[in-house]
Amino acid sequence: MRGRLWRLALYLFVLGFILNLLGIVSHVMVSSFAKRWFGTPLPRSFTTEWYTYAWNEFGLAQVLGVTLLVALIVVFLALLLGFPAAYILARRNFRGKPLLLLLYFLPLLIPQMTYGIPLATTLFKYGIGGTLTGVILAVLVPMVPLAIFILMPFFEQISINLEWSASVMGASRFQIFRRILLPLALPGLLTAGILILVNTVSNFELAFLVSGAGSQTLVVALFYNVFAGGVRPVYSVDAMAVMYMTMVMLLLIVALRFVRPTQMVFRLDQPRR
Amino acid sequence: MRRPRIGEASELDLMAVGFLLPSVLYVVVMFIYPFLYGIWVSVHPLKVPGFSLANYIAFFSDEYQYKTVGITFRLAVPNTVVVVALSLFLAYNMRRGIWLERTITTILVLPISLGVILLGQGILGFYGGKGWLNQMLLALGVLEEPLVLTHNYIGVMLSLFMQQFPFCFLMLLGYISGIDPSIENSARTLGAGPWTVFQRIMLPLIAPGLAIAFALVFVMSFATFPSAILLGQPSGATRTIAIAAYAQAFEQFDMPYASAIAVIMGLFQLAALLIIIVLRQRMVLAATMGVGKR
Repeated sequence: MRGRLWRLALYLFVLGFILNLLGIVSHVMVSSFAKRWFGTPLPRSFTTEWYTYAWNEFGLAQVLGVTLLVALIVVFLALLLGFPAAYILARRNFRGKPLLLLLYFLPLLIPQMTYGIPLATTLFKYGIGGTLTGVILAVLVPMVPLAIFILMPFFEQISINLEWSASVMGASRFQIFRRILLPLALPGLLTAGILILVNTVSNFELAFLVSGAGSQTLVVALFYNVFAGGVRPVYSVDAMAVMYMTMVMLLLIVALRFVRPTQMVFRLDQPRR
Repeated sequence: MRRPRIGEASELDLMAVGFLLPSVLYVVVMFIYPFLYGIWVSVHPLKVPGFSLANYIAFFSDEYQYKTVGITFRLAVPNTVVVVALSLFLAYNMRRGIWLERTITTILVLPISLGVILLGQGILGFYGGKGWLNQMLLALGVLEEPLVLTHNYIGVMLSLFMQQFPFCFLMLLGYISGIDPSIENSARTLGAGPWTVFQRIMLPLIAPGLAIAFALVFVMSFATFPSAILLGQPSGATRTIAIAAYAQAFEQFDMPYASAIAVIMGLFQLAALLIIIVLRQRMVLAATMGVGKR
């Protein structure tokens, strides 16, 4: 009986959370189509003009271009740097390995706001701050470790005997990489790539601290317009938010075909011996 | 010379070093170096030549600045307790899987991916003075006056909860469902009730994971920035330490002072992490299988 009550409480809580989330998200959507909306359950008349308004007034074509460019380059670089490191960390044991893992873990553990300010200071000192390169370099900082920690378990699952057999049969290192490791690690690369893509598009703090006039990503531009509330009609800001949401949702639908939800956060497993 | 066997668990050879080096260099140059540079710059203030702790002294002697530490703690501690407690409740009861589990976890991932800005904008609309919630409660006659839930402390808490609850819940779910069910079954076979199983068997096993989750959520809440701006009073009641650091950097253009505040913020986070790690060491080490939900 008591077990039933607990279960009921559980579902009620989940239901409450989902209703609340639904309310939050749909309020933004309804508002983006509203002509005017003051204190009524729904707007009296609807329009789509806020989308064209937002697209033109906020220069969204340029902002979207920046966002996609940053995201794709970050995914590519994170995988390029993370792939070999994850392979070695999965295959070898060496002195100082725990220390190295800690080094990779720090950018994920320490909040971006904490290291973002010194990072922005440094980048502005060298004149990279405010540029597209600066944004890419800054957002990449937590993504390289993310790539490594996602890829490591995938390499651990690939039997080392496959590599030995290939070696015995006379395959060169490059052939082993090309014919055995790469195809088998492809699911891992896909998972890591998608998660990094979602994370980069929705990354706010680092992109915000480092971006300048021409290098704002979509979230950063959205923040500036929400923050400057009153200057822009709230409906146009909501239209922009819906465009951002659509982009993330599309990525998420793709992501969830390959990734389990629990993979999207840290793993709290026991440390490996 | 013997060609080293592939995948040999051994010392680092040239190939391994070459494979590790690019990513290590990146983290050192873009993470460690800026951090050290930030510390260096924070003790070289703009107004005073040479080494000086003037920025730190300025922070702790100006009430407008040092009270941000208290404000941040008042937001971060209650939020962490609520988030971790509710996540534990939900994750513990879902450890054997429940009806619609995949759907529920998928929906919970949404706030993580949507990001704080969109959530903030939605919370402003939904919970605002003329938002749906207030309209509904007024229409039902539950309230006389609309509730003030945004642009104050509650608004920031709502936003923090929406962001961090899913994160913490999924972490704990992965951890708890990795605990060998036969341990729990043995206790049940020997006659322990559900509460005894939770208190005497499961809680000690979950404790290490709980400690890490607590630490991570606290550290994240302590760096609150966009939520406190969009849903709070960024110049008053919810002026967190991150806002103070940002204001020095990009409104006063005093990077050394901003770095000093960032260092102070980092030290508080580090202290919290260390305390929790030390406490964790003293707990019973969990006999989990080390395989979470995949």
